[in-house]
Amino acid sequence: MTKQFLLDGQPVPFEDGQTILEAARKAGHYIPSLCWHQDFPPHGSCKLCIVKAAGRHVSACATPAKEGWEVESNTPEMNGERRGLLQMLFVEGNHFCPSCEKSGNCELQALGYEYEMLTPRFRHFFPERPVDASHPDMLLDFNRCIFCELCVRASRDVDGKSVFALTGRGIHKHLTVNAESGRLADTDFSKDDLAARICPVGVILPKGRGFTVPIGERTFDTETIRSRTLKEEKS
Amino acid sequence: MSALPATPTAALDGVLQRHGHCPTELLQILIEAQDLEGWLPAQTLTHIAQSLHIPRSRVEGVAGFYSFLYTQPVGRYRVLFSDNITDRMLGNTELMDALCRKLWIEPGKLSEDGLVSIATTSCTGLCDQGPAMLVNGRAIGQLTHRRINEIAEMIRQQRPLELWPAEYFQIGDNIRRKDSLLNLDMKPGAALAAVIELGREGWLQEVQKSNLRGRGGAGFATAVKWASARNASGEPKIIVCNADEGEPGTFKDRVLLNSYADLVFEGMTLAAWAVGASEGFLYLRGEYRYLMPQLEAVLTRRREAGLLGHHILHEPCFDFDIRIHLGAGAYVCGEETALIESLEGKRGTPRIRPPFPVTKGYLGRPTVVNNVETLAKTCLIALAGGEAFAASGTAQSAGTKLLSISGDCAEPGIYEYPFGVPIARILEDCGASDTQAVQVGGASGVCLAGYEFQRRIAYEDVPTAGAFMIFDGSRDLFDVARAFVHFFAHESCGFCTPCRVGTSLLQGFMDKLADGHGAKADLADIDWLDRLLKNASHCGLGSAAPNPVIDTLQKFRPAYERRLVSLDFEPAFDLDAALAEARQLTARDDPGAHLHTHEEEEK
Ligand SMILES: Cc1cc2nc3c(=O)[nH]c(=O)nc-3n(C[C@H](O)[C@H](O)[C@H](O)COP(=O)(O)O)c2cc1C
Ligand code: SF4
Ligand code: SF4
Ligand code: FES
Ligand code: FES
Repeated sequence: MTKQFLLDGQPVPFEDGQTILEAARKAGHYIPSLCWHQDFPPHGSCKLCIVKAAGRHVSACATPAKEGWEVESNTPEMNGERRGLLQMLFVEGNHFCPSCEKSGNCELQALGYEYEMLTPRFRHFFPERPVDASHPDMLLDFNRCIFCELCVRASRDVDGKSVFALTGRGIHKHLTVNAESGRLADTDFSKDDLAARICPVGVILPKGRGFTVPIGERTFDTETIRSRTLKEEKS
Repeated sequence: MSALPATPTAALDGVLQRHGHCPTELLQILIEAQDLEGWLPAQTLTHIAQSLHIPRSRVEGVAGFYSFLYTQPVGRYRVLFSDNITDRMLGNTELMDALCRKLWIEPGKLSEDGLVSIATTSCTGLCDQGPAMLVNGRAIGQLTHRRINEIAEMIRQQRPLELWPAEYFQIGDNIRRKDSLLNLDMKPGAALAAVIELGREGWLQEVQKSNLRGRGGAGFATAVKWASARNASGEPKIIVCNADEGEPGTFKDRVLLNSYADLVFEGMTLAAWAVGASEGFLYLRGEYRYLMPQLEAVLTRRREAGLLGHHILHEPCFDFDIRIHLGAGAYVCGEETALIESLEGKRGTPRIRPPFPVTKGYLGRPTVVNNVETLAKTCLIALAGGEAFAASGTAQSAGTKLLSISGDCAEPGIYEYPFGVPIARILEDCGASDTQAVQVGGASGVCLAGYEFQRRIAYEDVPTAGAFMIFDGSRDLFDVARAFVHFFAHESCGFCTPCRVGTSLLQGFMDKLADGHGAKADLADIDWLDRLLKNASHCGLGSAAPNPVIDTLQKFRPAYERRLVSLDFEPAFDLDAALAEARQLTARDDPGAHLHTHEEEEK
């Protein structure tokens, strides 16, 4: 007998060690994520995947499923919290989507639509985060970083370079690169690194390739993040 | 030190050498490297990274995390005013202003000659003898205007700290009430001899019988924790004594380490015997660095007496030793998994749990993390047995509890009570009068109002890690809550979205209210943020951060409502305040240099 838990009242089978998020998506139920990536261990920082399991809030991406659990995910309460978290991520950085090269391919933006985020709700922080255009092939626009550490993990664990790291603490936390000068050009970063393609938002961008796909025809312009994610992960 | 000449590489290499070029020692290396020049220039970080064969980005990541590590120049005299609410109540703000004026500098800025910088820091654990400060890491309490004058003069004369009056650096214990633990006069090794006699299994059973629960906050059963680590696979096993004591208003571990260090180290060794551990760490908060020399001396003495090291008390299979690791100004490192990250020389970010430290802790090994007081208490159990220990206190809270009492009372200091003592009794004993509220358990604890003073200190009623801050009728509880909100925003590690952004947003709302721009709608947003922080945060810091606001909103609501302008929405932006810099630059403060806000017009 396979084990199962209930997600919003529907049975979801799982194998030992599988997280709530993995099992749910495999069974065709969407739970959102930003810092989670199928090729890496869970990170647990964005909290978009928050669900209520047996009455307690947990991160679905980091919590192993348990037999018989009742898990609430697609409810007004949880979706309201997710909308709030998205609003926090938007006001914390400087996200001006209309002029962002990632617009339409950006997971943060797509989730904003998915969770009907109509206003930023909170005051903007307007942090000062200068752009690094020093590298010949790639541009870093720190204004949009959501600290998922996917670039950090990809560069360290796959590319073997540790080009990126986080420094600072709390609201002053920020991304830094592996050079005394602080310039990307002075690292061994290459446009062929995994870290160059993994950012879910518009921080790490290729140079000289602006708007090759017109806005309106991009990934999330034609398909919601919900249906796209489910398609990708069922396969 | 500030306008540095060449990096003193030889000295830096000495530091690296002493730590065996080991990356897990990175935080300790950075702390000592900083001692050389007063701060950490970019080339120093590069040199450290190269010598340890780790990416520079990792070194920069760690250096940027801890409040006491500086990647920008600071003064040769680095003055940090302790900024707990109890320091504020004793006038630290005026004292800091006075010192800044006398030395012609602005808070947070470095004087042009690089001589001095002055800033605030989170609670330094001297609330019983505040207002307090740290000068180049050394603690000074009982600040007065007279002391500030003298300090200003000595800084101006560039007198070395060693030549400052010795009484400045005297930190008293202020023990006011003793019970079983503080009355214990144990010959070092006596408890160890007793448990070796019992055998590991027998000793664990005694701890089980004692019903000892952790004194660090969560109240977890100590025997269960020890048994889990003992049964977990992986060697060598680790015992960590958590002496981070960052909770505002708590200072009992400081006193235990100052005057009862043998009990603490013996407790760690007793834990090692039960668990089968061979390595120990004392994680000492940076604020208590001044205790290092005397603690090292106790360790040396214990090694010489055969109470640490190989074959402890001639027991063939009992090897255990203890190293002291320093923190560097990060409250979150009191959280046990963040502490372990920090021990490994990393940023103090809490881990995902499970796995718990008892199965996978320091370097993936089974690790017990216990509070200083918890460990000291195990000596009592070893000497008198578990049942005797369980006989005092209440049904679910065995034994005694050390309370760190500060704020509005005649006799602040350390009080040891059996669990079950009512709040009212404590207030009477410490000479508090006209008490409006008590904050029990520190910023993350609970705020009790007068009608609750018959409640008792116990896990089943009012649990506490030890802080007990008293506020009399003259205090404004909104200011108290706001100070704690600022504390959490400053100490958030920044890992998870709700805490990183939410504590800053909450701080913004509290400041908006304080500035007289609050609206009813803000209270609704505050409520919503409180709930999100509680529910969605990754660790206990974020989920406790809204506590002071939740409690005071419920129990002292008028303190908030007083501050609302009766509108549904008020912008946080203050036009007049925005002109402050222009006024300062033009040295004007006449009415013509001010914009009138509508509140004033309404009057
Ligand atoms: C933000 C935060 C800070 C903490 N700070 C401390 C501390 O300074 N000292 C401490 O003993 N426990 C602290 N704790 C609790 C520890 O995580 C852990 O539960 C405790 O050290 C276990 O020891 P005990 O079982 O002896 O209580 C803190 C927890 C959190 C969430
Ligand atoms: S740059 Fe992109 S991938 Fe890297 S931490 Fe920021 S958001 Fe994540
Ligand atoms: S709750 Fe706060 S302190 Fe804890 S992990 Fe999240 S950001 Fe860090
Ligand atoms: S996806 Fe789970 S916390 Fe980010
Ligand atoms: S549109 Fe999301 S970061 Fe640019």
